Amino acid sequence: MQAIIQTEHLNLWYGEHQALHDINMEIGANRITALIGPSGCGKTTFLKTINRMSDLVPNCRIEGSVQYNGKDIFAKDVDVTQLRTKIGMVFQKANPFPMSIYDNIAYGPRLQGIRSRAELDEIVEISLKNAAIWDETKDRLKKSALSLSGGQQQRLCIARSLAVRPDVLLMDEPTSALDPISTGKIEELALALKQNYTIVMVTHNMQQAARISDQTAFFLLGELIECGDTETLFSTPQDNRTEAYITGRFG
Amino acid sequence: MRRRITVCLLRAGMLLCAALTCLLLLFLIGYLLCQGLPGITWKFLTSQTSYIQNSIGILPNILNTLYLIFVSMLVVIPLGIGAAVYLTEYASHQRLVRAISFAVETLTGIPSIIFGLVGMLFFIQLLGLRQGILAGGLTLAIMVLPTVISNTKESLLSVPQAYREGALALGSGKWHMVRTVVLPNAMDGILTGCLLAVGRITGESAALLFTAGFGLKLLDFATALQSSSATLTVALYVYASEEGKYDVAFSIAVILMAVTLLINLSAEIMAKRLKRKKG
Repeated sequence: MQAIIQTEHLNLWYGEHQALHDINMEIGANRITALIGPSGCGKTTFLKTINRMSDLVPNCRIEGSVQYNGKDIFAKDVDVTQLRTKIGMVFQKANPFPMSIYDNIAYGPRLQGIRSRAELDEIVEISLKNAAIWDETKDRLKKSALSLSGGQQQRLCIARSLAVRPDVLLMDEPTSALDPISTGKIEELALALKQNYTIVMVTHNMQQAARISDQTAFFLLGELIECGDTETLFSTPQDNRTEAYITGRFG
Repeated sequence: MRRRITVCLLRAGMLLCAALTCLLLLFLIGYLLCQGLPGITWKFLTSQTSYIQNSIGILPNILNTLYLIFVSMLVVIPLGIGAAVYLTEYASHQRLVRAISFAVETLTGIPSIIFGLVGMLFFIQLLGLRQGILAGGLTLAIMVLPTVISNTKESLLSVPQAYREGALALGSGKWHMVRTVVLPNAMDGILTGCLLAVGRITGESAALLFTAGFGLKLLDFATALQSSSATLTVALYVYASEEGKYDVAFSIAVILMAVTLLINLSAEIMAKRLKRKKG
Protein backbone atom coordinates (compact mmCIF):
# COMPACT_ATOMS: atom_id res chain seq x y z
CA MET A 1 0.00 0.00 0.00
CA GLN A 2 1.29 3.39 -0.97
CA ALA A 3 0.51 5.96 1.72
CA ILE A 4 -0.69 9.36 0.57
CA ILE A 5 -1.34 10.68 4.07
CA GLN A 6 0.69 9.77 7.09
CA THR A 7 0.41 11.01 10.65
CA GLU A 8 3.12 10.73 13.26
CA HIS A 9 2.58 11.28 16.97
CA LEU A 10 -0.36 13.55 16.25
CA ASN A 11 -1.73 15.16 19.40
CA LEU A 12 -4.49 17.74 19.41
CA TRP A 13 -5.93 19.87 22.19
CA TYR A 14 -9.06 22.02 22.33
CA GLY A 15 -7.98 24.39 25.08
CA GLU A 16 -7.19 22.09 28.01
CA HIS A 17 -9.00 19.09 26.60
CA GLN A 18 -6.88 16.65 24.64
CA ALA A 19 -8.98 15.35 21.76
CA LEU A 20 -6.39 13.26 19.93
CA HIS A 21 -3.68 11.15 21.58
CA ASP A 22 -0.58 10.16 19.67
CA ILE A 23 -2.18 9.10 16.40
CA ASN A 24 0.13 7.19 14.04
CA MET A 25 -1.64 6.22 10.89
CA GLU A 26 -1.16 5.71 7.19
CA ILE A 27 -3.87 6.30 4.63
CA GLY A 28 -3.44 4.47 1.36
CA ALA A 29 -3.87 6.13 -2.01
CA ASN A 30 -6.90 5.19 -4.11
CA ARG A 31 -8.57 3.38 -1.28
CA ILE A 32 -11.51 4.08 0.95
CA THR A 33 -10.54 4.45 4.57
CA ALA A 34 -13.35 4.35 7.10
CA LEU A 35 -13.01 6.01 10.51
CA ILE A 36 -15.32 4.43 13.05
CA GLY A 37 -15.90 4.85 16.75
CA PRO A 38 -18.48 6.18 19.21
CA SER A 39 -19.50 9.85 19.24
CA GLY A 40 -16.84 12.17 20.61
CA CYS A 41 -14.02 9.72 19.97
CA GLY A 42 -12.08 12.17 17.81
CA LYS A 43 -12.71 10.75 14.36
CA THR A 44 -14.20 13.97 12.97
CA THR A 45 -11.46 15.97 14.67
CA PHE A 46 -8.90 13.74 13.01
CA LEU A 47 -10.61 14.17 9.65
CA LYS A 48 -10.64 17.95 9.98
CA THR A 49 -6.96 17.99 10.85
CA ILE A 50 -6.06 16.40 7.52
CA ASN A 51 -7.05 19.48 5.49
CA ARG A 52 -6.46 21.91 8.33
CA MET A 53 -10.10 22.82 8.78
CA SER A 54 -9.03 22.51 12.42
CA ASP A 55 -7.43 25.93 11.95
CA LEU A 56 -10.93 27.41 12.23
CA VAL A 57 -11.40 26.19 15.79
CA PRO A 58 -10.20 28.75 18.32
CA ASN A 59 -7.78 27.48 20.99
CA CYS A 60 -6.92 24.41 18.97
CA ARG A 61 -3.32 23.27 19.43
CA ILE A 62 -1.60 20.57 17.42
CA GLU A 63 1.64 18.63 17.96
CA GLY A 64 3.22 15.98 15.80
CA SER A 65 3.02 15.81 12.06
CA VAL A 66 0.57 15.13 9.28
CA GLN A 67 2.23 14.43 5.96
CA TYR A 68 0.58 14.66 2.62
CA ASN A 69 2.71 13.15 -0.16
CA GLY A 70 5.60 13.19 2.25
CA LYS A 71 5.33 16.87 3.11
CA ASP A 72 4.26 18.22 6.51
CA ILE A 73 1.00 20.14 6.07
CA PHE A 74 1.73 22.29 9.12
CA ALA A 75 5.05 23.50 7.73
CA LYS A 76 5.35 27.28 7.51
CA ASP A 77 5.58 27.40 3.72
CA VAL A 78 2.37 25.46 3.13
CA ASP A 79 -0.44 27.43 1.54
CA VAL A 80 -3.60 26.29 3.33
CA THR A 81 -5.91 27.24 0.47
CA GLN A 82 -3.75 25.24 -1.92
CA LEU A 83 -3.79 22.29 0.46
CA ARG A 84 -7.58 22.38 0.65
CA THR A 85 -7.94 22.26 -3.10
CA LYS A 86 -5.92 19.04 -3.02
CA ILE A 87 -7.72 17.61 -0.01
CA GLY A 88 -11.43 18.36 -0.41
CA MET A 89 -14.15 17.90 2.15
CA VAL A 90 -17.78 16.86 2.18
CA PHE A 91 -19.70 17.69 5.33
CA GLN A 92 -22.20 15.79 7.44
CA LYS A 93 -25.01 18.09 6.44
CA ALA A 94 -25.07 18.97 2.76
CA ASN A 95 -24.11 22.62 2.49
CA PRO A 96 -24.68 23.85 -1.07
CA PHE A 97 -24.39 27.61 -1.39
CA PRO A 98 -27.69 29.39 -1.98
CA MET A 99 -26.92 29.96 -5.65
CA SER A 100 -27.58 28.04 -8.83
CA ILE A 101 -26.41 24.46 -9.31
CA TYR A 102 -24.01 25.68 -11.98
CA ASP A 103 -22.52 28.41 -9.78
CA ASN A 104 -22.06 25.95 -6.93
CA ILE A 105 -19.92 23.70 -9.08
CA ALA A 106 -18.11 26.60 -10.73
CA TYR A 107 -17.25 28.19 -7.38
CA GLY A 108 -13.98 26.31 -6.93
CA PRO A 109 -12.76 26.56 -10.55
CA ARG A 110 -13.56 30.28 -10.64
CA LEU A 111 -11.56 30.65 -7.45
CA GLN A 112 -8.62 29.15 -9.29
CA GLY A 113 -8.99 31.80 -11.94
CA ILE A 114 -10.85 29.88 -14.64
CA ARG A 115 -13.09 32.39 -16.41
CA SER A 116 -13.69 30.89 -19.82
CA ARG A 117 -17.32 29.93 -20.24
CA ALA A 118 -16.57 26.85 -22.33
CA GLU A 119 -14.03 25.57 -19.86
CA LEU A 120 -16.38 26.10 -16.93
CA ASP A 121 -19.22 24.38 -18.79
CA GLU A 122 -17.00 21.40 -19.32
CA ILE A 123 -15.85 21.22 -15.70
CA VAL A 124 -19.43 21.51 -14.46
CA GLU A 125 -20.59 18.71 -16.70
CA ILE A 126 -17.71 16.39 -15.86
CA SER A 127 -17.99 17.03 -12.13
CA LEU A 128 -21.73 16.41 -12.11
CA LYS A 129 -21.26 13.25 -14.17
CA ASN A 130 -18.54 12.01 -11.83
CA ALA A 131 -20.85 12.60 -8.89
CA ALA A 132 -23.63 10.70 -10.70
CA ILE A 133 -26.05 13.59 -10.60
CA TRP A 134 -25.74 14.94 -14.15
CA ASP A 135 -28.93 13.32 -15.44
CA GLU A 136 -30.98 14.80 -12.63
CA THR A 137 -29.59 18.30 -12.98
CA LYS A 138 -28.62 18.88 -16.61
CA ASP A 139 -31.92 20.58 -17.44
CA ARG A 140 -31.94 22.83 -14.42
CA LEU A 141 -28.38 24.04 -13.99
CA LYS A 142 -29.60 27.61 -13.51
CA LYS A 143 -32.03 26.61 -10.74
CA SER A 144 -31.16 27.13 -7.09
CA ALA A 145 -29.18 24.31 -5.55
CA LEU A 146 -31.51 24.50 -2.57
CA SER A 147 -34.35 23.16 -4.72
CA LEU A 148 -32.66 19.74 -4.80
CA SER A 149 -33.50 16.95 -2.35
CA GLY A 150 -31.19 16.20 0.57
CA GLY A 151 -29.51 13.28 -1.18
CA GLN A 152 -29.09 15.26 -4.39
CA GLN A 153 -27.65 18.18 -2.42
CA GLN A 154 -25.07 15.88 -0.89
CA ARG A 155 -24.05 14.55 -4.32
CA LEU A 156 -23.94 18.13 -5.56
CA CYS A 157 -21.52 18.93 -2.74
CA ILE A 158 -19.39 15.98 -3.78
CA ALA A 159 -19.46 17.26 -7.36
CA ARG A 160 -18.48 20.71 -6.09
CA SER A 161 -15.48 19.21 -4.32
CA LEU A 162 -14.51 17.22 -7.41
CA ALA A 163 -14.59 20.35 -9.56
CA VAL A 164 -11.38 21.64 -7.97
CA ARG A 165 -9.64 18.37 -8.94
CA PRO A 166 -8.55 17.14 -5.52
CA ASP A 167 -6.50 14.02 -4.77
CA VAL A 168 -8.21 13.23 -1.51
CA LEU A 169 -11.86 13.53 -0.48
CA LEU A 170 -12.66 13.73 3.21
CA MET A 171 -16.24 12.79 4.02
CA ASP A 172 -17.70 13.51 7.44
CA GLU A 173 -20.64 11.14 7.88
CA PRO A 174 -21.91 12.04 4.43
CA THR A 175 -24.97 9.81 4.63
CA SER A 176 -26.07 10.28 8.23
CA ALA A 177 -28.89 12.64 7.24
CA LEU A 178 -30.01 10.66 4.19
CA ASP A 179 -32.57 7.96 3.47
CA PRO A 180 -31.41 4.42 2.52
CA ILE A 181 -31.77 4.95 -1.22
CA SER A 182 -29.74 8.16 -1.23
CA THR A 183 -27.24 6.47 1.08
CA GLY A 184 -26.90 3.63 -1.40
CA LYS A 185 -26.20 6.08 -4.20
CA ILE A 186 -23.50 7.86 -2.23
CA GLU A 187 -21.85 4.56 -1.32
CA GLU A 188 -21.90 3.44 -4.93
CA LEU A 189 -20.44 6.79 -5.87
CA ALA A 190 -17.64 6.45 -3.31
CA LEU A 191 -16.73 3.04 -4.71
CA ALA A 192 -16.60 4.45 -8.23
CA LEU A 193 -14.57 7.48 -7.15
CA LYS A 194 -11.77 5.53 -5.52
CA GLN A 195 -10.37 4.75 -8.95
CA ASN A 196 -9.17 8.32 -9.12
CA TYR A 197 -9.38 9.63 -5.60
CA THR A 198 -8.43 8.69 -2.10
CA ILE A 199 -11.43 8.72 0.21
CA VAL A 200 -11.44 9.05 3.97
CA MET A 201 -14.90 8.67 5.44
CA VAL A 202 -16.15 9.08 8.97
CA THR A 203 -19.14 6.85 9.57
CA HIS A 204 -21.33 5.80 12.44
CA ASN A 205 -22.63 2.95 10.40
CA MET A 206 -20.54 -0.18 10.87
CA GLN A 207 -22.22 -1.99 7.97
CA GLN A 208 -21.33 0.94 5.77
CA ALA A 209 -17.69 0.73 6.79
CA ALA A 210 -17.67 -3.01 6.16
CA ARG A 211 -19.48 -2.66 2.81
CA ILE A 212 -17.35 -0.06 1.11
CA SER A 213 -14.04 0.56 2.84
CA ASP A 214 -10.69 -1.09 2.19
CA GLN A 215 -9.14 0.05 5.40
CA THR A 216 -10.80 0.80 8.74
CA ALA A 217 -9.55 2.76 11.72
CA PHE A 218 -11.23 2.44 15.10
CA PHE A 219 -11.03 5.45 17.42
CA LEU A 220 -11.92 5.51 21.09
CA LEU A 221 -11.60 8.47 23.44
CA GLY A 222 -9.16 10.23 21.14
CA GLU A 223 -6.92 7.23 20.64
CA LEU A 224 -6.44 5.15 17.54
CA ILE A 225 -7.13 1.67 18.91
CA GLU A 226 -6.74 -0.32 15.77
CA CYS A 227 -6.23 0.28 12.09
CA GLY A 228 -6.03 -2.26 9.31
CA ASP A 229 -7.65 -4.05 6.43
CA THR A 230 -11.40 -3.76 6.77
CA GLU A 231 -11.94 -7.46 6.31
CA THR A 232 -9.35 -8.41 8.91
CA LEU A 233 -10.51 -5.80 11.37
CA PHE A 234 -14.10 -6.91 11.23
CA SER A 235 -13.38 -10.66 11.21
CA THR A 236 -10.45 -10.91 13.59
CA PRO A 237 -10.03 -7.70 15.57
CA GLN A 238 -6.75 -7.60 17.49
CA ASP A 239 -7.98 -5.47 20.38
CA ASN A 240 -10.92 -6.57 22.50
CA ARG A 241 -12.26 -3.01 22.65
CA THR A 242 -12.56 -3.11 18.85
CA GLU A 243 -14.34 -6.40 19.09
CA ALA A 244 -16.68 -5.07 21.74
CA TYR A 245 -17.52 -2.05 19.57
CA ILE A 246 -18.06 -3.82 16.28
CA THR A 247 -20.18 -6.49 17.85
CA GLY A 248 -22.33 -3.75 19.30
CA ARG A 249 -21.55 -4.16 22.97
CA PHE A 250 -21.14 -0.37 23.36
CA GLY A 251 -21.19 2.82 21.36
CA MET B 1 -68.25 35.76 39.39
CA ARG B 2 -66.01 38.48 40.69
CA ARG B 3 -63.15 37.04 38.77
CA ARG B 4 -65.10 37.14 35.58
CA ILE B 5 -65.91 40.78 36.09
CA THR B 6 -62.24 41.55 36.69
CA VAL B 7 -61.27 39.75 33.52
CA CYS B 8 -63.94 41.64 31.60
CA LEU B 9 -62.82 44.96 33.00
CA LEU B 10 -59.18 44.22 32.28
CA ARG B 11 -59.98 43.26 28.75
CA ALA B 12 -62.04 46.39 28.23
CA GLY B 13 -59.25 48.51 29.68
CA MET B 14 -56.68 47.02 27.36
CA LEU B 15 -58.97 47.46 24.38
CA LEU B 16 -59.42 51.08 25.35
CA CYS B 17 -55.66 51.60 25.53
CA ALA B 18 -55.18 50.06 22.11
CA ALA B 19 -58.02 52.10 20.65
CA LEU B 20 -56.61 55.29 22.19
CA THR B 21 -53.22 54.64 20.63
CA CYS B 22 -54.76 54.13 17.21
CA LEU B 23 -56.98 57.18 17.59
CA LEU B 24 -54.03 59.29 18.62
CA LEU B 25 -52.13 58.24 15.52
CA LEU B 26 -55.15 58.82 13.28
CA PHE B 27 -55.73 62.22 14.87
CA LEU B 28 -52.09 63.17 14.38
CA ILE B 29 -52.09 62.14 10.74
CA GLY B 30 -55.49 63.70 10.09
CA TYR B 31 -54.57 66.97 11.75
CA LEU B 32 -51.26 67.15 9.86
CA LEU B 33 -52.96 66.42 6.55
CA CYS B 34 -55.71 69.01 7.17
CA GLN B 35 -53.21 71.68 8.13
CA GLY B 36 -50.42 70.84 5.73
CA LEU B 37 -51.94 69.44 2.56
CA PRO B 38 -53.46 72.69 1.23
CA GLY B 39 -50.06 74.36 1.28
CA ILE B 40 -48.37 71.77 -0.89
CA THR B 41 -48.36 73.08 -4.43
CA TRP B 42 -46.06 72.43 -7.34
CA LYS B 43 -44.48 75.81 -6.83
CA PHE B 44 -43.94 75.13 -3.13
CA LEU B 45 -41.98 72.01 -4.00
CA THR B 46 -39.94 73.41 -6.88
CA SER B 47 -38.93 76.93 -5.90
CA GLN B 48 -36.95 78.65 -3.22
CA THR B 49 -38.18 81.13 -0.68
CA SER B 50 -38.10 84.69 -1.94
CA TYR B 51 -38.81 87.63 0.35
CA ILE B 52 -39.11 90.00 -2.58
CA GLN B 53 -41.81 87.97 -4.23
CA ASN B 54 -43.10 87.00 -0.83
CA SER B 55 -43.26 83.34 -1.86
CA ILE B 56 -42.13 80.25 -0.02
CA GLY B 57 -40.55 77.21 -1.60
CA ILE B 58 -38.74 74.25 -0.11
CA LEU B 59 -36.74 72.96 -3.07
CA PRO B 60 -33.44 73.95 -1.40
CA ASN B 61 -34.39 71.97 1.70
CA ILE B 62 -35.38 68.91 -0.30
CA LEU B 63 -32.05 69.06 -2.09
CA ASN B 64 -30.15 69.65 1.14
CA THR B 65 -31.77 66.59 2.64
CA LEU B 66 -30.70 64.51 -0.36
CA TYR B 67 -27.16 65.97 -0.23
CA LEU B 68 -26.96 65.14 3.43
CA ILE B 69 -28.15 61.56 2.91
CA PHE B 70 -25.60 61.17 0.13
CA VAL B 71 -22.67 62.46 2.18
CA SER B 72 -23.57 60.49 5.28
CA MET B 73 -24.14 57.24 3.45
CA LEU B 74 -20.96 57.67 1.46
CA VAL B 75 -19.09 57.63 4.76
CA VAL B 76 -21.21 55.25 6.74
CA ILE B 77 -21.64 52.39 4.25
CA PRO B 78 -17.97 51.46 3.83
CA LEU B 79 -17.15 52.27 7.44
CA GLY B 80 -20.12 50.46 8.99
CA ILE B 81 -20.01 47.38 6.80
CA GLY B 82 -16.24 47.20 7.10
CA ALA B 83 -16.41 47.38 10.88
CA ALA B 84 -19.13 44.74 11.06
CA VAL B 85 -17.23 42.39 8.75
CA TYR B 86 -14.11 42.84 10.81
CA LEU B 87 -15.95 42.19 14.07
CA THR B 88 -17.74 39.06 12.91
CA GLU B 89 -15.31 37.49 10.46
CA TYR B 90 -11.80 38.57 11.34
CA ALA B 91 -11.40 39.74 14.93
CA SER B 92 -10.07 36.90 17.03
CA HIS B 93 -9.64 38.81 20.26
CA GLN B 94 -13.01 38.20 21.94
CA ARG B 95 -12.44 40.78 24.66
CA LEU B 96 -11.82 43.48 22.06
CA VAL B 97 -14.90 42.46 20.07
CA ARG B 98 -17.07 42.66 23.17
CA ALA B 99 -15.65 46.05 24.09
CA ILE B 100 -16.31 47.43 20.60
CA SER B 101 -19.79 45.92 20.49
CA PHE B 102 -20.56 47.50 23.85
CA ALA B 103 -19.31 50.87 22.64
CA VAL B 104 -21.45 50.57 19.51
CA GLU B 105 -24.55 49.76 21.55
CA THR B 106 -23.91 52.66 23.88
CA LEU B 107 -23.52 55.04 20.96
CA THR B 108 -27.04 54.15 19.82
CA GLY B 109 -28.50 55.48 23.05
CA ILE B 110 -26.83 58.88 23.07
CA PRO B 111 -29.20 61.81 22.39
CA SER B 112 -28.62 63.25 18.95
CA ILE B 113 -28.03 66.79 20.19
CA ILE B 114 -24.84 65.56 21.82
CA PHE B 115 -23.63 64.27 18.47
CA GLY B 116 -24.40 67.76 17.14
CA LEU B 117 -22.42 69.44 19.86
CA VAL B 118 -19.42 67.16 19.46
CA GLY B 119 -19.69 67.40 15.69
CA MET B 120 -19.60 71.17 15.87
CA LEU B 121 -16.62 71.23 18.24
CA PHE B 122 -14.69 68.62 16.28
CA PHE B 123 -15.47 69.26 12.63
CA ILE B 124 -16.06 73.01 12.77
CA GLN B 125 -13.94 74.34 15.63
CA LEU B 126 -11.09 71.88 15.45
CA LEU B 127 -10.90 70.89 11.79
CA GLY B 128 -12.04 74.25 10.56
CA LEU B 129 -14.90 73.12 8.32
CA ARG B 130 -17.63 75.66 7.64
CA GLN B 131 -21.15 75.05 8.83
CA GLY B 132 -22.75 73.06 6.03
CA ILE B 133 -23.65 69.72 4.53
CA LEU B 134 -20.16 68.29 4.93
CA ALA B 135 -19.94 68.94 8.68
CA GLY B 136 -23.57 67.87 9.12
CA GLY B 137 -23.15 64.78 7.00
CA LEU B 138 -20.05 63.64 8.85
CA THR B 139 -21.78 64.19 12.18
CA LEU B 140 -24.81 62.19 11.14
CA ALA B 141 -22.56 59.49 9.72
CA ILE B 142 -21.15 58.98 13.20
CA MET B 143 -24.65 59.06 14.63
CA VAL B 144 -26.06 56.33 12.38
CA LEU B 145 -22.88 54.26 12.30
CA PRO B 146 -24.04 52.03 15.19
CA THR B 147 -27.33 51.28 13.41
CA VAL B 148 -25.52 50.13 10.29
CA ILE B 149 -22.89 48.18 12.23
CA SER B 150 -25.32 46.30 14.43
CA ASN B 151 -27.74 45.48 11.59
CA THR B 152 -24.90 44.29 9.39
CA LYS B 153 -23.36 42.31 12.22
CA GLU B 154 -26.60 40.57 12.98
CA SER B 155 -27.21 39.57 9.41
CA LEU B 156 -23.61 38.39 8.99
CA LEU B 157 -24.05 36.20 12.05
CA SER B 158 -27.23 34.73 10.58
CA VAL B 159 -25.32 33.36 7.57
CA PRO B 160 -24.93 29.63 8.31
CA GLN B 161 -21.46 28.57 9.39
CA ALA B 162 -21.77 25.67 6.93
CA TYR B 163 -21.51 28.11 4.00
CA ARG B 164 -18.25 29.45 5.36
CA GLU B 165 -16.85 25.96 5.91
CA GLY B 166 -17.96 24.92 2.44
CA ALA B 167 -16.16 27.84 0.84
CA LEU B 168 -12.98 27.39 2.88
CA ALA B 169 -12.91 23.66 2.17
CA LEU B 170 -12.89 24.47 -1.55
CA GLY B 171 -9.69 26.41 -1.05
CA SER B 172 -11.21 29.84 -0.74
CA GLY B 173 -9.30 32.49 1.15
CA LYS B 174 -11.03 34.41 3.89
CA TRP B 175 -11.76 37.58 1.95
CA HIS B 176 -12.96 35.64 -1.09
CA MET B 177 -15.28 33.69 1.18
CA VAL B 178 -16.64 36.88 2.74
CA ARG B 179 -17.14 38.48 -0.66
CA THR B 180 -18.75 35.57 -2.49
CA VAL B 181 -20.66 33.69 0.16
CA VAL B 182 -21.11 35.71 3.34
CA LEU B 183 -21.91 39.22 2.11
CA PRO B 184 -24.39 38.21 -0.62
CA ASN B 185 -26.32 36.18 1.91
CA ALA B 186 -26.35 38.98 4.43
CA MET B 187 -27.44 41.59 1.88
CA ASP B 188 -31.04 41.87 3.08
CA GLY B 189 -30.04 42.80 6.62
CA ILE B 190 -27.34 45.15 5.39
CA LEU B 191 -29.73 46.99 3.07
CA THR B 192 -32.39 47.17 5.74
CA GLY B 193 -29.85 48.69 8.13
CA CYS B 194 -28.82 51.25 5.52
CA LEU B 195 -32.42 52.21 4.79
CA LEU B 196 -33.11 52.62 8.50
CA ALA B 197 -30.07 54.87 8.62
CA VAL B 198 -31.44 56.92 5.71
CA GLY B 199 -34.71 57.22 7.61
CA ARG B 200 -32.95 58.49 10.69
CA ILE B 201 -30.93 61.00 8.68
CA THR B 202 -34.08 62.28 7.02
CA GLY B 203 -35.79 62.77 10.34
CA GLU B 204 -32.84 64.22 12.25
CA SER B 205 -32.91 67.84 13.34
CA ALA B 206 -31.17 68.46 16.63
CA ALA B 207 -27.72 67.33 15.54
CA LEU B 208 -27.94 69.49 12.44
CA LEU B 209 -28.73 72.78 14.17
CA PHE B 210 -25.07 73.17 15.15
CA THR B 211 -23.48 71.54 12.17
CA ALA B 212 -25.41 72.01 8.93
CA GLY B 213 -26.99 75.32 9.73
CA PHE B 214 -30.18 77.18 8.81
CA GLY B 215 -29.54 78.46 5.27
CA LEU B 216 -32.62 78.48 3.04
CA LYS B 217 -30.93 79.46 -0.22
CA LEU B 218 -30.82 77.19 -3.25
CA LEU B 219 -27.26 75.86 -3.59
CA ASP B 220 -25.56 73.31 -5.76
CA PHE B 221 -23.98 70.30 -4.09
CA ALA B 222 -20.40 71.57 -4.04
CA THR B 223 -21.37 74.92 -2.53
CA ALA B 224 -23.78 73.39 -0.04
CA LEU B 225 -21.00 71.24 1.40
CA GLN B 226 -19.45 74.28 2.99
CA SER B 227 -22.41 76.65 3.39
CA SER B 228 -25.15 76.80 5.94
CA SER B 229 -27.95 74.62 4.55
CA ALA B 230 -31.19 73.66 6.23
CA THR B 231 -32.66 70.22 5.61
CA LEU B 232 -36.43 69.69 5.61
CA THR B 233 -36.56 69.08 9.35
CA VAL B 234 -34.45 72.11 10.18
CA ALA B 235 -36.49 74.21 7.75
CA LEU B 236 -39.61 73.08 9.59
CA TYR B 237 -38.08 74.36 12.80
CA VAL B 238 -36.99 77.64 11.22
CA TYR B 239 -40.36 78.41 9.61
CA ALA B 240 -42.29 77.53 12.74
CA SER B 241 -40.19 79.08 15.47
CA GLU B 242 -38.35 81.94 13.82
CA GLU B 243 -40.93 83.11 11.34
CA GLY B 244 -44.16 81.85 12.86
CA LYS B 245 -45.25 80.35 9.56
CA TYR B 246 -47.01 77.31 10.93
CA ASP B 247 -48.79 76.48 7.69
CA VAL B 248 -45.41 76.03 5.97
CA ALA B 249 -44.18 73.91 8.88
CA PHE B 250 -47.24 71.69 8.59
CA SER B 251 -46.73 71.25 4.85
CA ILE B 252 -43.14 70.20 5.43
CA ALA B 253 -44.31 67.84 8.14
CA VAL B 254 -46.67 66.11 5.72
CA ILE B 255 -43.86 65.65 3.22
CA LEU B 256 -41.51 64.33 5.89
CA MET B 257 -44.11 61.91 7.09
CA ALA B 258 -44.74 60.62 3.59
CA VAL B 259 -41.02 60.23 2.89
CA THR B 260 -40.38 58.40 6.15
CA LEU B 261 -43.30 56.09 5.47
CA LEU B 262 -41.94 55.40 2.01
CA ILE B 263 -38.47 54.59 3.32
CA ASN B 264 -39.76 52.26 6.00
CA LEU B 265 -42.08 50.51 3.58
CA SER B 266 -39.34 49.98 1.03
CA ALA B 267 -37.04 48.62 3.76
CA GLU B 268 -39.70 46.10 4.66
CA ILE B 269 -40.47 45.15 1.07
CA MET B 270 -36.80 44.78 0.23
CA ALA B 271 -36.15 42.56 3.24
CA LYS B 272 -39.11 40.37 2.32
CA ARG B 273 -38.23 40.08 -1.34
CA LEU B 274 -34.61 39.19 -0.64
CA LYS B 275 -35.66 36.60 1.89
CA ARG B 276 -37.98 34.99 -0.63
CA LYS B 277 -35.26 34.94 -3.25
CA LYS B 278 -32.91 33.24 -0.86
CA GLY B 279 -35.32 30.47 0.06
